[in-house]
Amino acid sequence: MHSMTNARPRLTVSGLHKQFLLHGQGGLEIDVMRDLSLTLHAGECLVLAGRSGIGKSTLLKMLHGDYCIDQGRIRLHFDDGTLDLETLPAYAWHGLRRDVIGYVSQFLRVVPRVAAVDVVMEPLLARGADEQDARQRAETLLARLNLPERLWQLPPGTFSGGEQQRVNIARGFIGEHPLLLLDEPTASLDATNRDVVIALIGEAKARGAAMLGIFHDEDVRDRVADRLLPLDDSLGARASFTRDVQETLS
Amino acid sequence: MKKPALERPVLLDVQDITRLYGPAKGCEAIDFQLHAGEVLGIVGESGSGKSTLLRVLAGLEAPDAGRVVYRRHAGEDVLDRDEAELDLYAIGEAQRRALLRLEWGLVHQNPRDGLRMGVSAGANIGERLMAQGQRHYGQLRETGQAWMRQVELDAGRIDDAPRTFSGGMQQRLQIARTLVTRPRLVFMDEPTGGLDVSVQARLLDMLRTLVRSLGLSVVLVTHDLAVARLLAHRLMVMRRGQVVETGLTDQILDDPQHEYTQLLVSSVLTP
Repeated sequence: MHSMTNARPRLTVSGLHKQFLLHGQGGLEIDVMRDLSLTLHAGECLVLAGRSGIGKSTLLKMLHGDYCIDQGRIRLHFDDGTLDLETLPAYAWHGLRRDVIGYVSQFLRVVPRVAAVDVVMEPLLARGADEQDARQRAETLLARLNLPERLWQLPPGTFSGGEQQRVNIARGFIGEHPLLLLDEPTASLDATNRDVVIALIGEAKARGAAMLGIFHDEDVRDRVADRLLPLDDSLGARASFTRDVQETLS
Repeated sequence: MKKPALERPVLLDVQDITRLYGPAKGCEAIDFQLHAGEVLGIVGESGSGKSTLLRVLAGLEAPDAGRVVYRRHAGEDVLDRDEAELDLYAIGEAQRRALLRLEWGLVHQNPRDGLRMGVSAGANIGERLMAQGQRHYGQLRETGQAWMRQVELDAGRIDDAPRTFSGGMQQRLQIARTLVTRPRLVFMDEPTGGLDVSVQARLLDMLRTLVRSLGLSVVLVTHDLAVARLLAHRLMVMRRGQVVETGLTDQILDDPQHEYTQLLVSSVLTP
């Protein structure tokens, strides 16, 4: 287990703001985040807490490049330097997402005709991995997540919500990214598969991955969170993030 | 952990390209760079100028102003005598045609524009290889069959003329004909445009796989945002001949900034 007192964080977010300006609605401005700051270390899972609509998914999407970073800084720290995401040119995100930032979205984006196992192995193929190895790893993960073998060769379009989510989880974890964003990965899972996801998160921590997650299920949250980051209606999650999870929950 | 290498060499440097047929007809003051290994989608409605821009980029139509510069790079299989930088419309016609034939590829929306309908499928695939100097009949035929299988065509139909193929099959044949020479840069104009939805899905999956396995750099023109989401890494949104917004594909579609992009994205029907 990596030490959480590790001095250098992997990720620091400071003074992050997000506003949506809807031109079609007469220029309506919606503030969804004001002055958010956080730090995240290797081997740690920080869980975002707060009512729905408070901007938890928005933060993950900003970290993944899906949403523009209007104001504030997001920095990734490496042994040999720092990368500022708010100024990163669009083309540089391709490699960053492939190698550094992984994302388990809430819903699987289904590509017609592509089999579940191919969906899962794609992140490895994108790095030029051997196809046989990638397939084997994908199958191992799908088996661990109890997806029936007869489904592996089928496109997930017709799968149930829980089955699609397991395909999505396998796809998100297979790449072993050093930074993982988890948007309610356990929402439609039964207890058995929730345990599998909790184990996957534990293994990711053990190999030093830094994780930022949203979990509505309190039991899951208690089991994976090293710290909680409460977001509230002041729209600013302020200085108290370094509280220990036990402290926060008590 | 070391910082990842995110820089990628610029393959195509497009500088201030203008090609106008009339006021706001065509494209105006277009600037962008395509990086190696990138799939850049150009999206917009009909009349936005995206097809005019593609014709200029692909060497088919000289611009009124501006430059299209193709950069070859060390480390790739560029011969010493090759120039590192080519200004597409400053070089001679012969050199430009050689470039289009040997290093670039173009996939037309209508396969009839990209295929020779009267000669066999095999001859269609072999033509660009022969232009590169390959003459061995057995090898050409073998390559032709391999490529037909790669694009999921029945290799047994290698001697049939494309006019006996369905639209979807013709499009796959056009793709095989274009990619057989392993072009470094490929232009695609609405590659799934005229096809039935079921045929489209199959082609999209195939294109994704080919782009990844061949490491292609692509400029893709499409009006279909779903196609753009699946194929493109980065998008450029055009309206009335001008670029209104560029960015990572997910950002353009999930957090569009420009008024027009917001309208475009919010107008899409999702079944």
